[in-house]
Amino acid sequence: MQVQSYFSSLDNIDGELATLNLGPTHPATHGIFQNVLKMDGEKIVSGEPTIGYIHRAFEKLAERRPYNQITPITDRLNYCSSPINNMGWHMTVEKLIGCELPKRAQYMRIIIMELSRIADHLVCNSVIGVDTGALTGFTYMFQERERIYELFEEVCGSRLTTNIGRIGGMERDFTPAFHAKLKDFLKTFPPRFEEFCGLLERNRIFMDRCIGAGPITAEMAMAYGFTGPNLRAAGVDYDVRVMSPYSSYDDFDFIIPVGVNGDTYDRFMVRQEEIRQSLKIINDAYNNLPVGPYHADVPEFYLPEKPDVYTKMEALIYHFKVVMQETPIPVGEVYHCVEGGNGELGFYLISDGGRTPYRLHFRRPCFIYYQAYPEMIKGAMLSDAILTMSSMNVIAGELDA
Amino acid sequence: MESEQILGRLAEIMPGAVTAHDTAMDGILNIHTTREQLYPLLQTLRDDAQLGFNFLTSLCAIHYPENAGQELGMIYHLHNWTKNVRIRVKIYFPTEDAHVPTICTLWPSANWQERQEYDFFGVVFTGHPDLRRILNVDDMEVFPMRKEYRLEDGTRTDKDDRFFGRDGHEGRSFD
Amino acid sequence: MSNQVEIPEGYSGEGFFATQLSSAVGLARANSLWPLPFATSCCGIEFMATMGTNYDLARFGMERLSFSPRQADLLMVMGTIAKKMGPILKQVYTQMAEPKWVIAVGACASSGGIFDTYSVLQGIDKVIPVDVYVPGCPPRPEQIIDGILKIQELVKNEPLRRRHSPEYQHLMEKYQIG
Repeated sequence: MQVQSYFSSLDNIDGELATLNLGPTHPATHGIFQNVLKMDGEKIVSGEPTIGYIHRAFEKLAERRPYNQITPITDRLNYCSSPINNMGWHMTVEKLIGCELPKRAQYMRIIIMELSRIADHLVCNSVIGVDTGALTGFTYMFQERERIYELFEEVCGSRLTTNIGRIGGMERDFTPAFHAKLKDFLKTFPPRFEEFCGLLERNRIFMDRCIGAGPITAEMAMAYGFTGPNLRAAGVDYDVRVMSPYSSYDDFDFIIPVGVNGDTYDRFMVRQEEIRQSLKIINDAYNNLPVGPYHADVPEFYLPEKPDVYTKMEALIYHFKVVMQETPIPVGEVYHCVEGGNGELGFYLISDGGRTPYRLHFRRPCFIYYQAYPEMIKGAMLSDAILTMSSMNVIAGELDA
Repeated sequence: MESEQILGRLAEIMPGAVTAHDTAMDGILNIHTTREQLYPLLQTLRDDAQLGFNFLTSLCAIHYPENAGQELGMIYHLHNWTKNVRIRVKIYFPTEDAHVPTICTLWPSANWQERQEYDFFGVVFTGHPDLRRILNVDDMEVFPMRKEYRLEDGTRTDKDDRFFGRDGHEGRSFD
Repeated sequence: MSNQVEIPEGYSGEGFFATQLSSAVGLARANSLWPLPFATSCCGIEFMATMGTNYDLARFGMERLSFSPRQADLLMVMGTIAKKMGPILKQVYTQMAEPKWVIAVGACASSGGIFDTYSVLQGIDKVIPVDVYVPGCPPRPEQIIDGILKIQELVKNEPLRRRHSPEYQHLMEKYQIG
């Protein structure tokens, strides 16, 4: 397969072609994406994306931060679904230290992760609506997203960059207010979501805009390293939750929706169905929430109860050790991946026994699949290219690390 | 597919390509190879019907300044989606000769990932169609992920390193 | 909240109201700001929430977002600005017509935040002057609204000749903005 090069695409620009600099602060793109497009009228001949406009050096930063302080960095990867990143990181460390979580903690994690998947997909799908000219769905769904944020606030005190959970489990049990709000959400969200679906899914204008926009074949998608909803829209049923189940996902029965054409409409519909499946998982997990502790018994990594710190010698020692990172860390390497909002979010951790990782490599799904964008928009109209980008759900924080 | 089967099959069709192997604590088979054998090995892992590692999960470089002659390394994660088996392929090489053959032609997804590792570590991927910096500014002179460079920008004026416990530290500040 | 603005100090009588020109202009400007959202990362998502239904920034005379710097009064910088982005931010700022205001939303835009790294600009005030800083990582929508109210207060009370004053010229020279 020939790889498109920037220099090979600079061949003979004659008078008919125009160069359009789309971005990095173009109103039609969300976030800061620069694409230098070669245009033949309104048709795109070739495109060259430039990235790195918010490169924040996550991997270098992670080599300077103790394990529990890396969680806030992961928040800022895909900030539309921070809890998945947080818990993916916690599970990576748990794999390294060989810690098994009690069932309740695993189910709690699943509830939180699926809620954030819903929030992530809601943003993406309502923004696809906005880009096709349908603002109403956006205003409906952002109210629902606020309710998910309220649930996160009940668990961790924060809305967006959650830093939720700890290495070894959850930081606290679900509060009574969380239970009430979650029950209300599970009851009232589905009809409101179906209202949103009714606005768009079979809307003739919306379908005409989306069907056939930015298609990709299954072979191309795999070669370009697609994972997540974008890959499934092309017809490949790869889902990390099923392929390498973590956090007891194998206890749940859910469908992996797949598309056929890999175009914008299929990506939209796959996300829509995933929201319904996530709701089903949350319902199942919440109705079967086991009783028991909400964190594992790993005092070397999990902070003790604060009252114990004041009264018990052992708790005080562990508190000090956890805060000062005096715990010995096993030497070794682990790769752990979770199904993030955009696909396989992988953490490759190499520990040399020090307080900080020797090397932490993030497999960032956005970064890997965004390089197929020029290929996907070749020959398309400019307006379709904008739509294709929003349906790929490229998140700048994850893209630029 | 067990590790023995993979190693056996590789010994059968590419004798000598695997210089060493071990199993990491996450159960993934690590195989080490040489720079000359890297490209054919990855191609075999992808194309051989019995091996079938169809998906390039990720690739990343690593820097061990103390390993004389093998300071830099490349680690490739492959994944067989039909049998759900993962494998890691590793090579090491000296800083002065940081050349690795590109695998863009095997997996187009390697294109930007290789540019990223070039940007971070200065690994030169021979045969790469467009090896430029990708995340950092084009006129950057260092390869910031190498261990000798500090995390912070030393020229900044608004923060006093002494107050962050980083006075004159090079490399890892927590050691 | 009432959708009537406070009447500035002045004299009123049968059929007339007299006040200072600056008060009248300030009143008009403060309540019809056209913001340019320069959203790069996480804070941009919180800005979407601020613009969204529950918080509704339009209540403050900001119904129209201006994505073109030429027709914007308020530059809202939300999110991390990497060194690669710095020159672009400065260009956007210089393209805006006077009078213009800048609000730095979030820790990254204000000071670099947790990203004290080689690639991140340690605060946008290294390249452009800033009027209001909003702390938080990211700030809640209420905080962003509070920052906007602070900007409106500044706008309302700004003397008409401020942009021609030597202090202002000096400030622009400091940032090498012509």
